[in-house]
Amino acid sequence: MTPKTKLSCRNVWKLYGANADGFLSQTPSPTADDISRAGIIGAVRDASIDIAEGEIFIIMGLSGSGKSTLVRCLSRLIEPTGGEVLFDGVDLLRASEKEMIEIRRHKMGMVFQHFALLPHLTVLQNVMFPLTIQATPKAEAEAKARDVVELVGLNGREDYYPRELSGGQQQRVGIARSLVTEPDLWFLDEPFSALDPLIRREMQDEFLRLQARLHKTIVFITHDFEEAVRLADRIAIMKDGEVIQVATPEELVINPATGYVAEFTKHIPRSKVLTVGGLMTKGDTAEGEPIPVNTRVSDIAERVISADGPLPVSDQNGLVVGTIDRKAIAHVLFGSGEPS
Amino acid sequence: MKTMPRTGMLIAIGLILATILLGYFGRDLSKALDARWLVKFPSAWVIPFKTHISAAMSWLVEEAAIGPLAFTDITRAIAWLIEQPYQLVLSLLATGFITGQGPEAQVVLPAISWIVVTTAVVALGQYCRDWALAALVGGCFLYLAIFGQWDSAMVTLASVLIAVPIGAGGGLLVGIWAYRHPLGEKILSPILDLMQTIPIFAYLVPILFMFGFGPISALVATIIYATPPMIRITTMALKAVDPEILDFGRMAGTTDRQLMWRVLVPSASHSLMVGVNQVIMLTLNMVIIASMIGAGGLGFDVLAALRRLDIGAGFEAGIAIVVLAIAVDRLSQAFAERMGQVHHVNPGSWITRHKRSAMVLVLLVLTWVLGQFSPLLLAYPESQTITTGAFWDNAVKYLNVNYFDTFEAIKVFFLHWFLLPIKKTLLGIPWPWAIAMLTLLGWRAGGWRLALMCGVMSGLIVVTGLWSKAMVTVYLCGASVILATIIGVPLGVLAALNRRAGVAINLFIDTLQTLPSFVYLIPVVMLFRVGDFTAMIAIVLYALAPAVRYAAHGVRSVSHELIEAGQVSGCTRWQLLRHVRLPMALPEILLGINQTIMLALSMLVITALVGTRDLGQEVYIALTKADTGRGLVAGLAIAFIAIIADRLVNAGAKGARIRFGLES
Repeated sequence: MTPKTKLSCRNVWKLYGANADGFLSQTPSPTADDISRAGIIGAVRDASIDIAEGEIFIIMGLSGSGKSTLVRCLSRLIEPTGGEVLFDGVDLLRASEKEMIEIRRHKMGMVFQHFALLPHLTVLQNVMFPLTIQATPKAEAEAKARDVVELVGLNGREDYYPRELSGGQQQRVGIARSLVTEPDLWFLDEPFSALDPLIRREMQDEFLRLQARLHKTIVFITHDFEEAVRLADRIAIMKDGEVIQVATPEELVINPATGYVAEFTKHIPRSKVLTVGGLMTKGDTAEGEPIPVNTRVSDIAERVISADGPLPVSDQNGLVVGTIDRKAIAHVLFGSGEPS
Repeated sequence: MKTMPRTGMLIAIGLILATILLGYFGRDLSKALDARWLVKFPSAWVIPFKTHISAAMSWLVEEAAIGPLAFTDITRAIAWLIEQPYQLVLSLLATGFITGQGPEAQVVLPAISWIVVTTAVVALGQYCRDWALAALVGGCFLYLAIFGQWDSAMVTLASVLIAVPIGAGGGLLVGIWAYRHPLGEKILSPILDLMQTIPIFAYLVPILFMFGFGPISALVATIIYATPPMIRITTMALKAVDPEILDFGRMAGTTDRQLMWRVLVPSASHSLMVGVNQVIMLTLNMVIIASMIGAGGLGFDVLAALRRLDIGAGFEAGIAIVVLAIAVDRLSQAFAERMGQVHHVNPGSWITRHKRSAMVLVLLVLTWVLGQFSPLLLAYPESQTITTGAFWDNAVKYLNVNYFDTFEAIKVFFLHWFLLPIKKTLLGIPWPWAIAMLTLLGWRAGGWRLALMCGVMSGLIVVTGLWSKAMVTVYLCGASVILATIIGVPLGVLAALNRRAGVAINLFIDTLQTLPSFVYLIPVVMLFRVGDFTAMIAIVLYALAPAVRYAAHGVRSVSHELIEAGQVSGCTRWQLLRHVRLPMALPEILLGINQTIMLALSMLVITALVGTRDLGQEVYIALTKADTGRGLVAGLAIAFIAIIADRLVNAGAKGARIRFGLES
């Protein structure tokens, strides 16, 4: 059963410049040349994506590729020039100001690159803020806030002010604050880019742990392909305002749609992307604890190489569907990188 | 400005020389040609703007009405609104609550005792920062008591306490409005520009006309003067809030009002407090000027002393203003800092959490009750005050008796070799030639728009018949700016290059800037008596600060790479300064000179008190005669000079920045 689509956008355009609206209504599907000739800047061009419920969907691109603009179109922080944004089947672009406020209050949460914490409020007050402005009773708001503060591991720091915390801790506050309203849809705009590499790694683990518990529908922005590969269910790659490929990390590595995508995937160690499922010898069986098909090669390589023979591979239901041996692993780790 | 080719340069030099020669011999020339209208605009051609404005003003005050609501009703309502809180604060701090009038007056409740006020500011100082600040502000207030300035100081403080919240609050609201409506900002920006360039005096006259002579007029003028920077700072601070914070607020589902008051304003609170501090300083700056239209207190004391040339008393009251300004400034800055800082709320009852407030309140009640028996608790005993007035009088007398010749020699030297030649040249330039030159300069510096503006504005000055007064203004201001630049820029460069000198120069400049503008006049008048030379020194002192600051900043912010490149090429320190640092700092230095010009122009009107013959005097006379039209026209003429100078220098600075690739 394919999971239900939570959020999708259809032919979304965001053009900047004089009379961008008029331009788009005259030429409904302009080319890059049309746009530059009209002296307009195309921040997002004809983007269409579908995000499934409970999925971690990553939008990846370099700076200036339009990923931040796209995610702000999805949450309507920026008014798209054209297209539609369907949230649970309803077009957000037709929602009134009041409806939009309601949707944001109850169904959306967002985490920001530079945390966007309010400097004059304590950790607890920051986390409570989204509830405070909805006029939730204070006791209830505080109880909810304390719960999420604990969830992100900041208990004991409730009365600190943002500037008294490290970057990683500040982002934990940002995460707690975005979760306090129990949103369905969770936007994260480069949440870990401003952190040190070590902390970044720790926060990524934390993020996966949280998602394993919460099962939110997630739109995650990053410019770091390694991060994308590590966290994503699916990745959309953007360039110059266009979505050029939407695929799982593995598909991106194996079948890059363009040279640009291939360039990205080239420097990523294959073992971190490829899963056991793509390498196994189908149909065989072997002795030992089965390895789930979606295990990444890098996570299992040591065990396979140090084993005496092939190891069994199991599908989602725990049934053994094939085996994997040393040779296949070694080929990924040391070979040309192409799957055998 | 594009790089001038050689012929262009020659033409420019030729024109400058022609202007100077024309100026120097203009008077004789016009006599020889029998065309005196060239230097002196014939009064028959003058368009009587001032009469029209005066008439319009009379109509406004006497007849204008919207339906049954007369214009005067509106001004009366505004006055009433301001008067209520002012009377309350004034009663608390200075006069006490009184029923009845004249001989039957009965004090219901005396004013807050000097002991309580001093204790309160000490407590506030300790709360905002530490005991050092507490000692400083406590010392300031004790000074006011001991030197017998208490009552006047409290009257001044009362007007500050009313003007600052209204100015800061009103500025905040208008600033928010401008932030929300970009069109509003576009309309507001030139108005604010004009308000900041028109000398305060010019709008004292219409205010006097509308609100009458008295403390309320003075408050209105102070508020109008002190609010524009707050509006600017508010709009800027809101724009500077991190866009992510704005996005967050909207994503959290805030309404517009919640977004403004719970997200943006608190996030910008630090910059906003800088604005509040500005309002406070400008309010204090206005203290003396406001006393011309009826504010009492320290300002009135200074003004009165200055009018009867009572140096000692004027100096003492002037120093008291400075002392009050220092105390209020430091307190407000510390308070702003504390607002931005992390502080944890202690648990406990109201009294344990507000020990200081509780103590001050207890003391207040105690002094009120016990004050019935011992007046010492309520008012500082007059017999214990100290006055230094006699000392200053004697010091001046001593200097004048013993060094009169030296001072006189300095004065005559400057007058003869510096001031008078400039004056003669400027007054001799035929006005058609001057307009043409200004238009040409505007065209060279900033294209046809600037040219048009320079031409029209200088033309307007001519047709109002104020040309020669305007030239005297330009001469006094120009001479002062030249002197301020000659002194200020090297000081700034020195401050940037030498750390120790920098500290000393900064302290000097800080002190100069804290002093209210009038205070400069007093010692200079003491030594040099009234006249242009005295005015010039006062202006230079007042306008020096930006020349120093901008030069220091410009030299300091030259990129390190450039300096290193110079060093690697083997520049000596002197060559480094001359070929790298100074040229790169030029745009910044020009902006500093621009600011100096603006300050000099705003000081001109104040120097009218020492008998100058320029537009400032014109405004001052209009003020004493309550002649609205005359005051406004002269004020606008000063504003035009300021705007022309500002735009020309800015265009020059921009040109320099473009040439250096610092701006495109």
